[in-house]
Parts: sequence; structure tokens; C-alpha cells
Amino acid sequence: MTPAHMEAALLLAGVLFMLGLISVLIRRNIIFMLISVEIMLNAAGLAFIVAGSKWVQPDGQVMFIFILTMAAAEVSVGLALILQIYHQLKTLDSDAANLMKG
Amino acid sequence: MELTFYIAAAVATIATILTITRYNIIHALLYLVVSFLAVAVVFFTLGAPFMAALEIIIYAGAIVVLIIFVIMMLNLTHEDVDKEKAWLTPRVWVGPAILSLVLLAELAYIILAPDTQPTEALVAVDARVVGMSLYGPYMLGVQLCGILLMAGIVGAYHLGRQKKKVVHRFLQPKEGRSAAI
Amino acid sequence: MENLLWLIPALPFLGALLLILFGTRLSRSLVAILGVGSVAVSAIITILLGIEFLQNRPEFYHQEVWQWFNVAGFTPSIAFHIDALSIVFVFVITFVGALIHFYATAYMADDQDYSRFFACMNLFVGSMLMLVMADNLLLLYLGWEGVGLCSYLLIGFWYKEPENGYAARKAFLITRVGDTAMAIGLFMLFQAFGTLHIQTILTEAPQAWSVGSQMAIIVALLLLGGAVGKSGQLPLQTWLPDAMAGPTPVSALIHAATMVTAGVYLIARMYVIFELAPLAQTIVAIVGAVTLLLAGFSALTQYDLKRVLAYSTISQIGYMFLALGVGAWSAGIFHFMIHGFFKALLFLCAGAIIMALHHEQDMRKMGGLRHKMPIVYWTFLIGAASLAALPLITAGFYSKDQILWYALAGENGSIWFYLAGLFGAFITSIYTFRMVFITFFGESKTHLEHPPGKVITIPLIILAILSLVGGFIELPHNFAHIILFSNLMAPVLPGIVANEVLAANEWMFQLIAAIVSLGGVFVAYLFYIKSPALLASIERSDFAMTLHRFWHSGWGFDALYDALIVRPYVFISRLNKRDFIDSFYTGLARMAEGFHVMFSETQNGVLRNYVAGIVVGAIMILTISLFL
Repeated sequence: MTPAHMEAALLLAGVLFMLGLISVLIRRNIIFMLISVEIMLNAAGLAFIVAGSKWVQPDGQVMFIFILTMAAAEVSVGLALILQIYHQLKTLDSDAANLMKG
Repeated sequence: MELTFYIAAAVATIATILTITRYNIIHALLYLVVSFLAVAVVFFTLGAPFMAALEIIIYAGAIVVLIIFVIMMLNLTHEDVDKEKAWLTPRVWVGPAILSLVLLAELAYIILAPDTQPTEALVAVDARVVGMSLYGPYMLGVQLCGILLMAGIVGAYHLGRQKKKVVHRFLQPKEGRSAAI
Repeated sequence: MENLLWLIPALPFLGALLLILFGTRLSRSLVAILGVGSVAVSAIITILLGIEFLQNRPEFYHQEVWQWFNVAGFTPSIAFHIDALSIVFVFVITFVGALIHFYATAYMADDQDYSRFFACMNLFVGSMLMLVMADNLLLLYLGWEGVGLCSYLLIGFWYKEPENGYAARKAFLITRVGDTAMAIGLFMLFQAFGTLHIQTILTEAPQAWSVGSQMAIIVALLLLGGAVGKSGQLPLQTWLPDAMAGPTPVSALIHAATMVTAGVYLIARMYVIFELAPLAQTIVAIVGAVTLLLAGFSALTQYDLKRVLAYSTISQIGYMFLALGVGAWSAGIFHFMIHGFFKALLFLCAGAIIMALHHEQDMRKMGGLRHKMPIVYWTFLIGAASLAALPLITAGFYSKDQILWYALAGENGSIWFYLAGLFGAFITSIYTFRMVFITFFGESKTHLEHPPGKVITIPLIILAILSLVGGFIELPHNFAHIILFSNLMAPVLPGIVANEVLAANEWMFQLIAAIVSLGGVFVAYLFYIKSPALLASIERSDFAMTLHRFWHSGWGFDALYDALIVRPYVFISRLNKRDFIDSFYTGLARMAEGFHVMFSETQNGVLRNYVAGIVVGAIMILTISLFL
């Protein structure tokens, strides 16, 4: 594997992260926001894998597994929250959930 | 191998761009699956085949399926697609895009900076080593993950339960305002 | 016995603590047992200690209980130091205090706040004992402020009347003026000696300061300031007459027998400093002489029974200051002890009368009580005779005669001090017997409701006996030459040598003093029994009425302070109603409020904005780490 390849992989992780970030920032639909967060998490996992393979260490992959676990837990809780919001507010608009505004 | 990587990277980027520009959630999810699959290929080229499998099984499989289930429970219609269209005006894109590009530029600057560390030849880190590491030095992390998943299950059960709408009495909207909320 | 020293102040404190914590839940009799018992046990310990002290004649007893704190080498202790001077004070405080507590169980019997009263009284006795037993000035100051607090609490005991609260605040604030001066004096002492341990200061002061040195004078004057405030002397005397708003046992204990003499104790305790500052000592004498005259005149015109006694207290403490000022230390302390007996007696008698007449304090509405309350009459008469210093039989004669004698014949004495004291004695005996005649003679004007019971009369009788025989422990040289008290004081306080030329004629001056006091009684008899018309005709003249009003208001000191201090202060504070310094802080608050409004705008409940905030923060951190 060449250094260029490695840097390209890291850049890919950065690009994917940016795309997820843009999506989080522009979307009002709360399910889309959750999906975008998944994209960002995946990008972070990719960066770990790249780092792990660069130094030929298992730790990067271990971290990816942890991220995977976290993503799974996060999605399950997040979706439950979305269901609650939808039942309470009858909408998926995240701006409507603003009872805590200052 | 290198070509595979670049093709997969291109597919992943394009699929993600398409994901974040869709108005229909189901379409977006399908592109997301493609994106995940492409990333799985990238994992493979990076010498982490087991992770590629996990990416497909858990991200492209379990998580996306979970989201689809929830979407099915919400009875979304064309109206929602129209609403999404109305929300996603070009103007909305400007600020986030600038912010993200600045961040990306900085990341790229860091990534592309001259690297003093010589990169070793690609050696696949096989699943056995990962497993040894997980159940060796990372034992605590594994147990914490177990607790996290437990909390996820309990939290999802607790939050997802259909119950009487309980809002604190001070926060109870007045009759006139309930439509707005 | 020495190991039991700490018990003397600890018991009243314990009583106070128990009463404060559980007072409302205890029955009245239990409250009385706790309240009286704690002080009575202290008194018993004191008497046992005193007997041992008289037998062994040690220089002092000392007990260190624990070290209070240790800051940069300043290590005051909770430690007690008992020598002849403090044992006299401790004896008066515990013994008279116990009698007054006992009396108060009957006097306060119908009061709702029975336990609060005894809690405050016990706290007072504890603080006062700490004051006189302290071996360092800091502990003394703690007791000093403690008694000030209790005085405030007890003057305002019936706080539902606004005037009582006003009197309490007045007492507290005016004594605070003196206390501040005293605190500054303590700071200067600490700066000079690096310790506040009394005995160390007393031994080191003569080496550090020469006689008449400026430092000694300043410190002595500051200490005098504290003493003057606490003891109701000129110019801080105005609080004491108003302090009579408290219950009568309080007046008897705090504002006659013990607390107001704390100033006397302080000066006697720090006598070395005053001997190093002859100017300050002369000022002490002048303050005493002027105060005793002014207060005497004011007492002449009062109609409120307790106010007469209050002014007479001021006047008698003036005698003590006069004695201290001319260097007759032992005479001053002797007069303190005798005064403690007879003034407590007079106050308690007054309390019995006031209680019997439904809280009527105006003497003009009394009269003819001689036959209705014979015990009170006789005891009051004994107290009055002692106060007026009727010759030979009363203790007051011996103590006051000694002061008058040394005011003339002592080293620092002068004919002016003597004349002031003599004239004061004349006035004293007039106003004392004016009080007796108006109250107990003449026709009866009110119906007697509660004849005093045994609980009331027993303390009166004990105090009356002490007021008579107390004087026989110190008789003049030309009588029997019994000088038990001076001998007791000799190791602690320096003696005084009388002028030898005058000493030959001492009997003549005693005769003059006797004639003056009897003359005062005669004048009172003339005006109030024999021919009241004569008095009435004098009183009708314009001059007399103006003078009467002037004296009645205590020489217009209240009005003077009102005009000099209170009004300008109120004026300035009104000017500065919109505190301009405060506007700076208000500005700060406004600014914080503005920021609050600004930042609460960011809490708009839109999730995307929060995410954007996080991103901006991440970019900033990343940028900074890139370029640094």
C-alpha cells in the first residue's frame, strides 16, 4: 500500500464526514438527521481502520467494533426518541421540539 | 487493489452525496446502503476483511433495516416529501457547506502534510488478532459495550412504549396553542 | 479546686444551650430549675473557690482549657485566670446573678417566653464570667461582645412594643461605638507586644513604654472608650436610661450589678497601662466626676422609678471611675461590690412594686406602699440608705467615703474631685429619698394586686443583709482599721497612700460626708413630706421648669446626638439614596443581564444551530492548533 493510497483513504473519511455534517446542518427532518449522524460515525470508523492498517495494529479495528456497537445502541435509542417525538408533536420537524428554548 | 479502492471511494462519495440530497427517505436509505457497501469494499482494500463483513451486516443490514421499520411505523406520505422539498431550498445549503468545506480543508491540510513515518507494506490484520486484542487488553471496553447495549435496549423499550401523553402540567399547551405545536 | 475553674462559666453556657435547644418543650418548672440551677451551682463553686482562695492566698489560679487558635504566632487560649480582682467580680456575678435568677422565676412567671428569658440570662451570665475570668484580652473581648448581645436581646425582650426594640438597638449601637475604640486599642496592644495575654502585657508594658508616652496614652484612651461605652459614662451614657425597657430582673442584673461595671473591670485589669498614662487616668477621673454629677441631676427629675435607678447607676459608676481615676483602685472595686448588692436590691424591690401595681412604673401613681408591702419597704429603705451612704450602718457609706477620701487625699486627688463627689453624694441622697418618700409615703393611690411572695422577698432580704454588713470588711483607718478588702486586692492592684497632712484630719471629712448625706435626706423630707407646697412654688417658676425639662431629658444629650450625628447621617444617606457607587455594580448586573438576553437568544431550541455551534467551535480549535 502506498502512502498516497493511505492519504486518499483518510481523505475519503474526511469527505464522508463532511457530507454527513452538511446533511445534519441542512436537514429539518429528524430521521434524516439521524441518518447523517450514521454517515459521520461510519466515516470516523473508516478513519480508525485506516490508522489501524497503517501501523498494522489491531487497535483500529477494535475501535471500529466499539463504534459499531455505539452506533447500534444510538440508533435504537434515537429511533425510540423519534417515535416519541412523532407521537407527541405529530411531526418530524426537529424545530418543533423547542420547548427548552431560552 | 488500488484501482478497486479508488472506484469504491468514488462510489461511496457519490452515493453519500445522493443520500443527502434525496427528498424521499426511502431513496436516501437505499443510497446509504450503497454507500455502506462501498465503504465495506474500502475496508477490504485496507486489509480488514472482517470489518468489511461487519460493516455490511450491521450498518447496511441491521441499522438501515431498523430505520426502515420505524419509517414504516410513521405512515409517511407524499406530503412529507413535499415538505422536505420546501425545507431544502438552495439558500439553506450555503452556510453549512462553507463551514464543512473549511473543516475539510483543514483536515486535508493535516492529512496531506509531509509524513515522517514510513508506511509499511499492506499487511492484512486478520480477525484472529483483533479478537485476541478485544478479549485481551480491551476487555474492559468490551464489557462497557455490553453495558451500553443493555442501556440501549432498556432505553429503547422505555422510550418507545406507547403511553399516555405526559407533559409536565406547567408545560401543558393551552387549547389555542396546541395546533401550533 | 483549680481544675474546676472552667465549670464556672461552662455551667451557665450549658444551661443556655439546653434552654435554647429544648426550652420550648420543657415544662416551666424544669426551665426554672435549669435556668436558676446552672447559675446557682456556679455560685456554689465560686464560693468554695473563694474560701480556698482566702485560706491559701495564692497569687492567682490559672487553668488553660484549650488553645483557641494559632495564626502566625498569635495563640490565644481559652484559659481562665482568677486573681483577687476577678474573684470579686465572679462572686458578685454568680451570687447576685443566682439571686436575681431565683427572683425572676416569680417575676416572669406569667410570661409566654419563659424559657427564652432564662436562656438569654444564662447566656449573659456565662459571657460575663468569661469576660472577667479571661486570661487574654481576646477572650475578654468575646465575653465583652457576648454580654452586649445578651443586653440587646434582653432589653428588647418584649419585642412586640416598638419602643423596646428601639431601646435595644440604641443600647447596642452606642455601646458598639465604645467597643470599636476598644478593638482598635487591642490591635495596638497586639502590635506593640505581639500577644494579648493580660499578665504578659502588664509585666512588659512598663519596660516598653515610659510614663506618659504617647502610645500608652492612646491605648489607654481607646480602652477608656470601650469602658465608657459599656459602663454608660459620659459621653456614651444615653443608652442606659432607655435600657430600662427590659424586664426588671434584667435591669437589676445587667444594667446595675454586672455588665455596666465591665468598664470598671477593664480599667482595673489594665491598670498598668493607665498608670503609664497619667493624662488618661486623669481623664478617667474627670469623666467619672462629671458623669456622677450630670446623672445625679437627671435622676432628681425622673418620675419613672426605674429611670431614677438607671441614672443613679450611671452616677454610682461615675464614682467608681472617679476612684479608678485618682488611683484608688481597691476603693473603686469595693464600691463596685457594694453597689452590686444595693443596686440589685433596689431594682428587685422596684420590680416587686411594679409587679404588684400591674406594671405601673410612674412614681406619681404610687404612694403609701409602706404598710401594704412591709418587707419590700424595709428592704428598699436599706438599699436606699446604702445608696445615699447614710453613715455608720450602711455598706454604701464605707465604700463611698473611701472614694471621697482618696479623691481628696490620694496622690492624684484634687479638691475639685472631692467637691464633685461630695456634691454628688448630696444629690444622691436627695433623689434616693425623694424616691422613697414618693413611693412609700403619702396616701395610697393604686390598688395592690399581687402581694409579693416568698420567692420575691427572700432575695431581697439576703441582698439587704449584704448591703448592710458588706461594708464592715473594709473600715476606715481611724475607726477600726479593718482592711480585709484592701489586703485581698493588694497583690493585684497597687495600694494608695493618703496625704499625711490631711490624714490627721480624716475624721473631719468623714463627718462632712455624713452631714451631707443626712442633709440630703432632710432636704428630701422637707420637700416631699413636710411641705410639698414649697416644692410646688419653686417648680412653678419658668427657670425651674426649663431646668427640670432639661434634666429630665438627661441634659439634652439625646437631642444633641440627634442633631450632631443622627440627622446629618440621615441627611447624607438621603442624598445618596441612589448610591452612586452602587451604580457601578448595578451596571455590572445590567451587563450580565444584557449578555443573558443575548445568549438566551442562542438557546432557540433549533437543533441545527446547536450543531452549527459545535462545528464552529471545532473549526476554531483546529485552526488554533494548526497555526500555533
